[in-house]
Amino acid sequence: MRPEPAASRAVPSTSELFGWGRTAPTGADVRRPTSPIELQRALPTSFERGLIARGLGRSYGDAAQNAGGTVIETTDVAAFTIHESDPNSDTVLVTADAGASIDRLLHALVPQGLFVPVTPGTRYVTVGGAIAADIHGKNHHLKGSWCNHVESLHLQLADGSVAEVGPDRDSELFWATAGGMGLTGVILDATFRCPRIGSSQLAVDTDRAADLDAVCQLMRDGDHLYDYSVAWIDLMATGKNMGRSVLTRGRFASADEAAPKIGADPYVYKANELVSAPPFMPAGLLNNLSIRAFNELWFRKAPVERRDEIQSIPTFFHPLDMVRGWNRIYGPAGFLQWQFVIPFDATSTLTTIVDEISQSGCTSFLAVLKSFGEGNPGPLSFPAGGWTLALDIPTGIQGLGPLLDRLDDLVVGVGGRIYLAKDSRVRPELLPEMYPRLDEWREVRERVDPNRRIMSDLARRLGL
Amino acid sequence: MRDALGSVQSVLVLGGNSEIAMAIVDRLVASRCKKVVLGVRSPASATTTLNRLRSAGVDADTIVFDALDPASHAKVIDAAAERIGDLDMVILAFGVLGEQSEFNADPVAAAEAASVNFVGAVSSGLAAAAKLRTQGHGTILAITSVAGVRARADNFVYGSTKAGMDAFAQGLGDSLIGSGARCVVVRPGFVHTRMTEGMKPAPFATTPDKIADAVINGLQKNKEMIWAPPILSTLFTILRHLPRPLWRKISAG
Repeated sequence: MRPEPAASRAVPSTSELFGWGRTAPTGADVRRPTSPIELQRALPTSFERGLIARGLGRSYGDAAQNAGGTVIETTDVAAFTIHESDPNSDTVLVTADAGASIDRLLHALVPQGLFVPVTPGTRYVTVGGAIAADIHGKNHHLKGSWCNHVESLHLQLADGSVAEVGPDRDSELFWATAGGMGLTGVILDATFRCPRIGSSQLAVDTDRAADLDAVCQLMRDGDHLYDYSVAWIDLMATGKNMGRSVLTRGRFASADEAAPKIGADPYVYKANELVSAPPFMPAGLLNNLSIRAFNELWFRKAPVERRDEIQSIPTFFHPLDMVRGWNRIYGPAGFLQWQFVIPFDATSTLTTIVDEISQSGCTSFLAVLKSFGEGNPGPLSFPAGGWTLALDIPTGIQGLGPLLDRLDDLVVGVGGRIYLAKDSRVRPELLPEMYPRLDEWREVRERVDPNRRIMSDLARRLGL
Repeated sequence: MRDALGSVQSVLVLGGNSEIAMAIVDRLVASRCKKVVLGVRSPASATTTLNRLRSAGVDADTIVFDALDPASHAKVIDAAAERIGDLDMVILAFGVLGEQSEFNADPVAAAEAASVNFVGAVSSGLAAAAKLRTQGHGTILAITSVAGVRARADNFVYGSTKAGMDAFAQGLGDSLIGSGARCVVVRPGFVHTRMTEGMKPAPFATTPDKIADAVINGLQKNKEMIWAPPILSTLFTILRHLPRPLWRKISAG
């Protein structure tokens, strides 16, 4: 099997690690077990600075780093089994090692007429990471997040014992692990339900929306008619164009619908990286002007309205995966992602935030806007009913810290929260307000890891 | 921990009465920093600063630090870490300027200045680096001077001590690559402080606040070398390469 794009190392021959945003690297003793047995034995003998598991390093901030401690990279423990099933059932059970990536799963699942229950904007995430961050995708409004589809998982606890947990087996520990940022133990494997699909293609409807109100209205009126929905929003447009967006929504096409494009085999699946970002980017290449021009071009080239366009899985779900190492385009200072969710009744706050960002002159590529369905019982699971907005920002921008601090306050003010898997800078004191059930989560952690042997930079920074 | 925008949560200042360091600390505290230890020769001298930090809600303390006692430096670092946990940042801010004409007449005093500015930076810098390596993270902020970029007749003792410290700090930074820890060099120009009171300001003279702004900006941009004000980077690229007779003329001002 071809190698996956490895998690980023700051300097090749060392154990300095950073997240996808390439900010704040720290050093750790990195271990890379190659079998489930080795993975179980990888717990260090000394826990002075603890240990954390790491997958493909797609968390933007410091969730999968552990300064001065141990980091266990799970990506070489990546086997999975597709279980036998009744052909009439809607879903099929799959058991996968923590290090198996959605990329590898898709290469096996799609040809058999199956898909993953949830996929984020990249297929280079592992099953362990999907659980630890309780990832969401374009189908959250109907299907919830990853852990809604997990039947059970094996968790190695800080004392070395292995627990099998699920929604019906030690559900407290299971839900604390869902979105628990890997801090309840090392996830070894998981069993989850995968849906059947009619073909490897999607029937996609595109709508161009002139401003924020228009795109919100489109989503409110029609999202329930689509399995998948997301809007790309231009945060650099101001005035009457503020919040202009391109909304793409779709469903898996039937074999008949897909046939004119892909021929007889409805489940043909090709997912390749087409180009690689250059290894070194000079600072300042992406500036206010160049990104503004890009956003303008992108908006104008989108159709005003298009129906039932047949698109492949990579085109619809993982467009950025076509560029290997795209996180390098932001240059040496790196970038961060800011993602929040606020309740639907706080739509005016969404407008205020979008307005503030576009007024700030803050350089931001396209941002992603989506309406979430209800959240799940995970106390640290991010998704909750409401609007979620995610944007990438290069870190070098002057005044960025105070701007985001101010926006965090707006989010907290209406009962919203930010996504820990994306975070690299939030004020720790806001956490209990954003996650009101934080204490419940802490109680579970206290039960399974009283000595804080499982530790990450994120946990240190936020005082989790 | 340091965050994506260069903010830190704890800081140890060696030379806790430095006005430049205090301006930096004020900005760190305004962002994410909640723990500060001031390393000073006499703790009583830092009472005002300490009270100001504490009233701002900072967990602040002093610790005895003598640049002239290299044997104590590792213990000082350990004690600070004992007090506030991980050291996200260690600022090397101690130093003496002195008067060149006095040094000319008193070589022993000049040697002592070199011991403070250079030898003290070597021992405390290495002790801090060892701690940060173990932590797997942390930033040493070494405040040197543009005076070290090219020595001049009217302050070459100070200039040469800072040149030594600057070279040391750059090498230390390179040696830390891959460890998670790092060393950032700050090169201020002429700064209006107690240290320079009564002196004739050099071109682009600035204030501790402006230096601190440049430092915060440089940390956010993940710079390894911060010139303050930034224009000095360009200026000294030229000055460094001037023929010596011309440099003598210009630097004699």
